[in-house]
Amino acid sequence: MNVATRPEKLQAKDYASDQEVRWCPGCGDYAIVRAMQVTMAELQADPAKTVFISGIGCAARFPYYMATYGFHTIHGRAAAIATGTKIANPELDVWVISGDGDALSIGGNHLLHVLRRNVNLQYILFNNEIYGLTKGQYSPTSRTGTKSPSTPAGSVDNPVSPTLFALGCGARFVARGVDTNQKHLPEVFKRAQAHIGASFVEVFQNCIVYNDGVYDYFTEKDAVPDNQILCEHGKPLLYGKDKKKGLRVKPGAFEIESVTVGENGITEGDILVHDETSKMLATMLCSMQPPALPMAIGVIYCNPAPTYEDGLHAQIAEAKAAAPKPSLNALLRRGPTWTIE
Amino acid sequence: MEGSATVASKSAREEVEDVVVRFAGDSGDGVQITGGQFTLTTALAGNDLATFPDFPAEIRAPTGTTFGVSSFQIHFGSREIRTAGDQPDVLVAFNPAALTVHLKDLNKGALIIADSGAFTDRNLKKAGFTTNPLEDGSLDAYRLVSIDITKATLESVKPFGLSQKEAVRCKNMWALGLVYWLYDRDRKPTNDWLAGRFAKRPEIANSNIAAVNAGHSYGETTELSGEQSYSVLPAKIKAGLYRTVTGIEGLAYGLVQGAQSAELNMTFAGYPITPASSLLHTLSRLKAFDVVTFQAEDEIAACCVALGASYAGNLGVTASSGPGVALKMEAIGLALAVELPLIIVNVQRAGPSTGLPTKTEQSDLYQSVYGRNADSPLVVVAANSPSDCFYTAIEAVRLATKYMTPVILLADGYMANASEPWAIPDVDTLPKFPVAFRTDPDGFHPFLRDDKTLARVWAKPGTDGLEHRIGGIEKNYNSGDISYEADNHQKMTDVRKAKIDGIANDIPDQTVEIGKESGELVVVGWGSTFGPISRAVTRMRAAGKDVSHVHLRHIWPMPKNLGPLLKNYKKVLVPEMNTGQLITVLRDKFLVPAVGLNKVSGQPFKISEIEDGINGQLGQ
Ligand SMILES: Cc1ncc(C[n+]2csc(CCOP(=O)(O)OP(=O)(O)O)c2C)c(N)n1
Ligand code: SF4
Ligand SMILES: [Mg+2]
Repeated sequence: MNVATRPEKLQAKDYASDQEVRWCPGCGDYAIVRAMQVTMAELQADPAKTVFISGIGCAARFPYYMATYGFHTIHGRAAAIATGTKIANPELDVWVISGDGDALSIGGNHLLHVLRRNVNLQYILFNNEIYGLTKGQYSPTSRTGTKSPSTPAGSVDNPVSPTLFALGCGARFVARGVDTNQKHLPEVFKRAQAHIGASFVEVFQNCIVYNDGVYDYFTEKDAVPDNQILCEHGKPLLYGKDKKKGLRVKPGAFEIESVTVGENGITEGDILVHDETSKMLATMLCSMQPPALPMAIGVIYCNPAPTYEDGLHAQIAEAKAAAPKPSLNALLRRGPTWTIE
Repeated sequence: MEGSATVASKSAREEVEDVVVRFAGDSGDGVQITGGQFTLTTALAGNDLATFPDFPAEIRAPTGTTFGVSSFQIHFGSREIRTAGDQPDVLVAFNPAALTVHLKDLNKGALIIADSGAFTDRNLKKAGFTTNPLEDGSLDAYRLVSIDITKATLESVKPFGLSQKEAVRCKNMWALGLVYWLYDRDRKPTNDWLAGRFAKRPEIANSNIAAVNAGHSYGETTELSGEQSYSVLPAKIKAGLYRTVTGIEGLAYGLVQGAQSAELNMTFAGYPITPASSLLHTLSRLKAFDVVTFQAEDEIAACCVALGASYAGNLGVTASSGPGVALKMEAIGLALAVELPLIIVNVQRAGPSTGLPTKTEQSDLYQSVYGRNADSPLVVVAANSPSDCFYTAIEAVRLATKYMTPVILLADGYMANASEPWAIPDVDTLPKFPVAFRTDPDGFHPFLRDDKTLARVWAKPGTDGLEHRIGGIEKNYNSGDISYEADNHQKMTDVRKAKIDGIANDIPDQTVEIGKESGELVVVGWGSTFGPISRAVTRMRAAGKDVSHVHLRHIWPMPKNLGPLLKNYKKVLVPEMNTGQLITVLRDKFLVPAVGLNKVSGQPFKISEIEDGINGQLGQ
């Protein structure tokens, strides 16, 4: 099961473990693991230094399928375990894999804190708006009215927006991808990996068994042009079949509106240019919902800040510089002592 | 009674073998600092000693209230001291509330030093007195010394120009000076400490020093209105270099030493909870020893961070108290399922739920041994005193790393805060047990086991060629891959149990602390009941009783000779600060007819209570 000799250049398949994949046929998770293997190959990531840590759920089976280090832990706690791994060995490239229930229900507290602390790791949330592994109960991201075994008459509570939650927690990198968008997803993963600090990525993932088609309204081939917008730093926020639709700040209001270039005197100059360092803009982009406004995809926010483990290890380095050869014997003898003859 | 001084003639200092002094006042009165200073001075005088700091649950309860009373008891002597003492010989009461709360613990004839300046109408009323006990004769059965300490203190610090509030704060030092006179203690260590502590505010340092000196000379010149003064000679204890140590310090230094012996860096993660927080505070200052400390968002996270660190090849340690340990249990289950080392320190406190957070108990033994879902064996060890915390922590690290298992290390609120003299070890002479990480890819799988210990290999991320996946799902015995196979689960469950059971072969045989290897009665204890049991057994044996003392460090697994040993005695008495937990395990494992002696008042056992229990068993 372990590669003793490694080929010169690793291919995507070299990052796939020998384990039999156990997701339902047609599950969006296949596409995500595939995109990750492609990402790894493009990065030529060192499998020995790469660690996938997951909680519990369908999504959380992910580490078993990667030929790197992997730790399948307990429900909701992967962020905390990954924090321990990262602070113990900052050299490791740590990825957390989580589902919407895992991340935002039982593990909401840990997600909040890993983002707030800005631990340098990648947190990938597979959002299928359902509890897959436990057979289809509604989740904290399920839309109001979702019918499920535990809500036969439809859910009555409000869903949480993962990206808005992340921004609220102080995340410095927030991005979105779609499971089936194999060209784009590795780009998002690569950006997340390159970002120093906690990177939060929401992947819209289709659960073919319990929640099939929840994202069709913006991921179906025909729906994509008018219902998705790809955010690219420094580029105008244009979308639509011929990229004539665009976003601008609605005059006289603190809102974003969709306009068409060439109509009503709108020119490209009126269109907002994506600034991924603007939290205000990121918050607005994450709030957009089709059909009125397109679903924002790509790197929505990226604004690096010092990481937790750098601060932590700087303090340790400082303490060690002040006491280069600390001796427990000396420590025990510091302060008042006395001798009994 | 343990700790009763005898009062004789008044002229020269009278020599006494041991004394119990208790300081009590508002939590803002500096009672704990006073006790700490008295402890230091007494230790430096060469006495043996034990202390019992007792805190209110509220940080700063309204002044003058009974529930806001904080106290510090010290028992010191020229002989071996094992407990903080049953009854105080001296009570220093800084206000009426302190007097009401503690009066019931005093023997008739005990000395009460009361600050009459604090016995105002308001304070008397708050403490429930209708008349002033210092004046109404209700304390006639005691030797009452009523002094306006507040006024005397203000007088003594006048030259230094403090505010009224700051000046009154010095009264604890005035009282300390007086007690120093009473027991012929050197003032210098305290005065030096004050000078250092308030180096940036010399007027405060000088005021406090003046207060110590004024209290002392008050005793000297007035001879406390005819009160006897005493001397307590140095104790005849083992030669060596000594310091005082609290249980928290013992744990912190022991964990650091354990990590060094294992040649690992330590990651310690905790979430604040009384009385375990001070371990986080103490270790946070030891960064130079390659200790990473982490304040997590909750206990679950703390345990997970520690486990994640162990996964990465560090020594992962977490600490909490009962309610917090309850939250950690699922992660502890993961640790034992993936077979990674992890230390979980439980500084036990009283009661279910929040209970009595600042009071002590040893009622988490069931939680430690049995408190997880499924068949989840792990190692449980228990420290028995502040200094023993050091050695027990090292043992916890040794077992965790050698056997790739979580270890629960039990301490309690009493030993955590209490201090005792400690013959400082030369840590260079302590055994080393360096961890050998797996690096060889040849024939590797993550659940390869050592034939003898049954421990799995420890292969940390970052190691070339050992990439592998682990997790909570059952693993194939022969490959470590996930497996849902029935026979395999049986085999894995069996091997997890066999591994922990086998540790019995790698721990010292149970010894008899005091007494013989057989006889009429054995008193079996664990944890901080060590002091009162050993003192009670010593005294009963001196009185000719056939009773021995056995004290367990290894709660799970137990030493392999324990069963046969206990069967050598006709009777087994098990004192515990719970309703009977160790006793269940002993009866279950060895079918011995053990009898419990149980106390759950949030207070440690008195020696007399253990003696009564022994007498009960021996038919007297
Ligand atoms: C402590 C605990 N509680 C409950 C469960 C059961 N459980 C397993 S996965 C899961 C929800 C998974 O949903 P999600 O995180 O969205 O992942 P998905 O399966 O949809 O990928 C639950 C409730 C568990 N394993 N552990
Ligand atoms: S239940 Fe849904 S999420 Fe889980 S494997 Fe099947 S399709 Fe995928
Ligand atoms: Mg889900």
